[in-house]
Amino acid sequence: MDIELITNILFATIRTGTPLLLIALGEMVCEKSGVLNLGQEGMVLMGAVVGFMASVITGNLGMGIIAAVLAGALMSLLFGFLAISLVANQVATGLALTIFGTGLSAFLGASYVGVGIEGITAWHLPLVSEIPVIGKIFFSHDPLVYLSWVLFGLVYWCFKRTRLGLTIRSVGENPEAANAIGLSVLQIRYLAVMFGGAMAGLAGGYLSLAYTPLWTEGMSAGRGWIALALVVFASWKAERIMLGAYLFGAASIMHLVLQGLGFEASPNLLAMLPYGATIIVLMVLANDAIKAKLSTPLALGQPYRPQL
Amino acid sequence: MKRIELTNITKRYPGAIANSAVGISVDAGEIHALLGENGAGKSTLMKIIYGVVKPDEGEMYWEGERVQVRGASHARELGIGMVFQHFSLFETLTVTENIALSLPKSDVVSMESLKQRIEEVSTRYGMKLDPNRYVHTLSIGEQQRVEIVRCLLQDVKLLILDEPTSVLTPQEVDTLFKTLRKLASEGCSILFISHKLDEVRALCDNATILRGGKVSGDCVPRETTTDEIARLMVGNDTPLSEEYKKALGQEVFLRIKALSFQSDDPFSTTLKDISLQVKSGEIMGVAGVAGNGQEELLNLISGEEVCDASAVTFAGEAVGNLGPRQRRELGLGFVPEERLGRGAVPDMSLANNALLTAYHGDLVDSGWINSHKVKSFAAQIIEQFKVKAAGIDAQAKSLSGGNLQKYIIGREIIQAPKLLVCSHPTWGVDIGAAILIRHALIALRDQGAAILVVSEDIDELYSISDRICAICDGELSPVDEMKNVSINQLGKWMAGDFSPLTNQAVGV
Amino acid sequence: MLFKLEKRPSDSQLMAYCSPLLAVVLTLISGALLFASLGHEPMKALYTFFVLPLEDLYGWTELGVKVAPLLLCAIGLMLCFKAKVWNIGAEGQFILGGVGGGYLALQLLDVDAFWVMPLILLFGALCGLLWAMLAAWLKTHFAANEILTTIMLNYIALNLLYFCVHGPLKDPDGFNFPESAMFSDSTLLPVIIEDYRLTISIYFALFAAAVVWTFMSRTLLGFQISVLGEDHSAARFAGFKEKKLIWLVLLVSGSLAGLAGVAEVAGPIGQLNPYIAPGYGYAAIIIVFLGRMHPIGIVFASMLLALTYMGGEMVQMDLALPKSLTGLFQGMLLFYLLACDLLIGYRIVRAKSSPIADQA
Repeated sequence: MDIELITNILFATIRTGTPLLLIALGEMVCEKSGVLNLGQEGMVLMGAVVGFMASVITGNLGMGIIAAVLAGALMSLLFGFLAISLVANQVATGLALTIFGTGLSAFLGASYVGVGIEGITAWHLPLVSEIPVIGKIFFSHDPLVYLSWVLFGLVYWCFKRTRLGLTIRSVGENPEAANAIGLSVLQIRYLAVMFGGAMAGLAGGYLSLAYTPLWTEGMSAGRGWIALALVVFASWKAERIMLGAYLFGAASIMHLVLQGLGFEASPNLLAMLPYGATIIVLMVLANDAIKAKLSTPLALGQPYRPQL
Repeated sequence: MKRIELTNITKRYPGAIANSAVGISVDAGEIHALLGENGAGKSTLMKIIYGVVKPDEGEMYWEGERVQVRGASHARELGIGMVFQHFSLFETLTVTENIALSLPKSDVVSMESLKQRIEEVSTRYGMKLDPNRYVHTLSIGEQQRVEIVRCLLQDVKLLILDEPTSVLTPQEVDTLFKTLRKLASEGCSILFISHKLDEVRALCDNATILRGGKVSGDCVPRETTTDEIARLMVGNDTPLSEEYKKALGQEVFLRIKALSFQSDDPFSTTLKDISLQVKSGEIMGVAGVAGNGQEELLNLISGEEVCDASAVTFAGEAVGNLGPRQRRELGLGFVPEERLGRGAVPDMSLANNALLTAYHGDLVDSGWINSHKVKSFAAQIIEQFKVKAAGIDAQAKSLSGGNLQKYIIGREIIQAPKLLVCSHPTWGVDIGAAILIRHALIALRDQGAAILVVSEDIDELYSISDRICAICDGELSPVDEMKNVSINQLGKWMAGDFSPLTNQAVGV
Repeated sequence: MLFKLEKRPSDSQLMAYCSPLLAVVLTLISGALLFASLGHEPMKALYTFFVLPLEDLYGWTELGVKVAPLLLCAIGLMLCFKAKVWNIGAEGQFILGGVGGGYLALQLLDVDAFWVMPLILLFGALCGLLWAMLAAWLKTHFAANEILTTIMLNYIALNLLYFCVHGPLKDPDGFNFPESAMFSDSTLLPVIIEDYRLTISIYFALFAAAVVWTFMSRTLLGFQISVLGEDHSAARFAGFKEKKLIWLVLLVSGSLAGLAGVAEVAGPIGQLNPYIAPGYGYAAIIIVFLGRMHPIGIVFASMLLALTYMGGEMVQMDLALPKSLTGLFQGMLLFYLLACDLLIGYRIVRAKSSPIADQA
């Protein structure tokens, strides 16, 4: 393998890992507040289709991204209303969100299948993108990749240093106690859920406006679910999510690697790789049961209704 | 001017009135007791003052002015602090982080300065605390200190403590009282919720007594006899105390030998070299503050956790590696601490809950449930143990705590266990049910069953146990006959000091 | 606020039954609004979606064709969900059943014997079972979350299907279309009525529903499954073996989904192609909730969900609307159901404002 190929693979790894990073960061914040939203897949798809439609209609990619974020946030609001305000079972509501989002996105996007757009183009950062190898791998991406790094930094800093981070964690650990000391549990959970939705929507927009760029039914291809596994794998830590996202990104572009090595394999078999990798990661986690238990938000998945 | 005054407070819940026209007032610097049995409405009243529950009727005056407390943070702005019975702490955060969360943002300039203030306040009031520790590594007593320090950091004018002594050893109670007296002498008002009369008489200036959601009387505890106060608490129909004959027991039924155990759960206590014998026909009491290994020990006896076969034996038979079902077949009955969500399935009917542990008898025939027999078994429990319920189809969660506990204990006792293990048998139960339960336990003992009772309620252990010991940090104290163990001795055991009281006096 | 929620002391049985009906009504209303906003006459469009498909005998047999796999998957999932084992993998188990059974059918194309059909069915069920077994093993052995593992297994199964129809099982005489050869008569399930597609698999489904109903209501093992799902600690306390129960529900559910899959390819479809699984495994999840986790309810819910598939096709033909309306209606239905289920545990009461609150 030559240096060119390695550079290309690493470049593609970051591109492929970006949607996973975005979804997983959002879901992590959501889960830290004690809410398990299994509807990522539905929100990503809605972000993708709405973002795509908005760009086609307005002819403006920026509008597309904003629409994608809003679509994801709105979908998560639907989830929040059921799972937070109406104390519905979070697992069932999340599944419902995925089923609904898959259906609605397919319905909305039916007439947009096959429409082509000029996707978001790369933004070569001045100076640093000139650096050999490194420049190509890290600094020749589209703006959304850089945005994902900024968002990563924000989430990381929030939970490392800020009172907001503490507040979110406390609500996810012991909502009764949080309520007793005067924190507004429902409000914080709503905000966390909506952040998760906005991030999933952004990831959807990235897929349909930058990564492919086009719209097809079910184009998220399970990324929402892989991101959910990623959050567990990362023990709810932002830095490990970033690492995990790029590892999965690498698994997803194995065909590039294999081609580089001169192997021929069925694309269908190679497509199984990220899913298989997810299962293996879940198996490996078993060795770390105690650590996982310490880092899992204690009230994850439990509905809370303040008694008045 | 009163520091706080409540008039005519009424709060209704579906199917129950928690408070009915309750009035109470506290002066500055006064230690005021709020007394009452379980379910008398004390906690509801406190939550109303603290703003986490809204009353249906009534008024509240704070330093002469009418206020409506909008929530916990508003209460704290006014200067009201509350120490909850089930602490409102976050286990995976440090002491400082916990305290920072409940202070207004403007109060937390930096974590470093907050740490200093925590150390200052905790030393000043004699409650040593390490601000860097994670809460899950603290003992229950230390966790309570965090709650109190949290209130003190905020210039508190009224401190409410909900049953603060129920989780402390007698020695810790003394320390707490010193702190409270010091606070009161500085002008802070204290509202002390309790159902323990001796403590109230030792600490409080005035007392308001609640019964069934209503105020049944006010008194100055120091000038009133325990019996008089107790009458106000329980009414005239209930006997105040019961004396039970002690028994000696016969053969050893349960034998635990040199048992050490650590579970996978990072929050659990490690058991160290525990040996214990319970004889048929006796009640063995295990005292101790919650979280000192009781849960782990009970799981190993019930079979929910397994260990070396020979570490636990029933009548000589090694059972340590057997599951709950096989142990039940050998005569085990078990009443866990959690009634809803372990002892009974909340959403299932009483009939199905009867089947929950009685499935190895004739209720099931080669895998097929005999629903007729299940129903008559459930009806038998309800009748024999005077359970108030809508019928055998009522959901377990629809029962009151006392009635559900009677049902669970009844279910176990009617199966005629040779060994009954009971965790906190009367915790949170009204006095009528508590007496019925204690009677049932004594009757079962007199029929020759071995009984192990784990409880935090020292009075209860004194009243029903024949022999007693204590557990602290996963270690078991020596065991002795009840009559030989003074409250002081037991307190030392609960605090982990297992040396005999008379050691120095005898001068070994 | 004029109204507020108040917790009921015990759950309302009445609402448990009314909630699905209410959800259906709300879905229909939303559907009407949706059609109206798309410029179609709402009542006519709803008629096209929900009634027109069942106008004749053909419509009813086609309903049966869809009910059979849905019911088989849903009955298995019911067992899992009763135990709160969130098997989302019926889709993958269905596909494996189809691929496995289809593979065997293709090997036995020229064998005309009475044992061929039962063997194919058994093998399909076995493949579904093995696929579910993976999830059971991952859950009991590695404590891996079954939602994630079964979803991943679904994607893997789907890619396996694609691989098979593009590669080893592709019809050599099929002009390079990604599909297998057509199955021979001896490898196809017998139909119930001549000239219609409905096969005897509907009997398997109804039989499975009856057996599971008896099992859950009359046996100790069924009771143990319910307890495990309702209250984990109570199951431990009572000494029920959690892992054994997890294996049991997943294996039964996997083999039923596998059976559904093989009955589909060796039935109405008659070959392997990339479209053998139109989301029956996911729709079955909705069916279980809608059917109140009870076999009778599930039979009715299967019929309703089957109808949404037919309605989707019907509006595509008649009104030129996208077929994906099916998924939309299914999602809405589940959402409304979850919202209405709130009324089982809570009731809505007029909020009495407190005098103190009035002061503010």
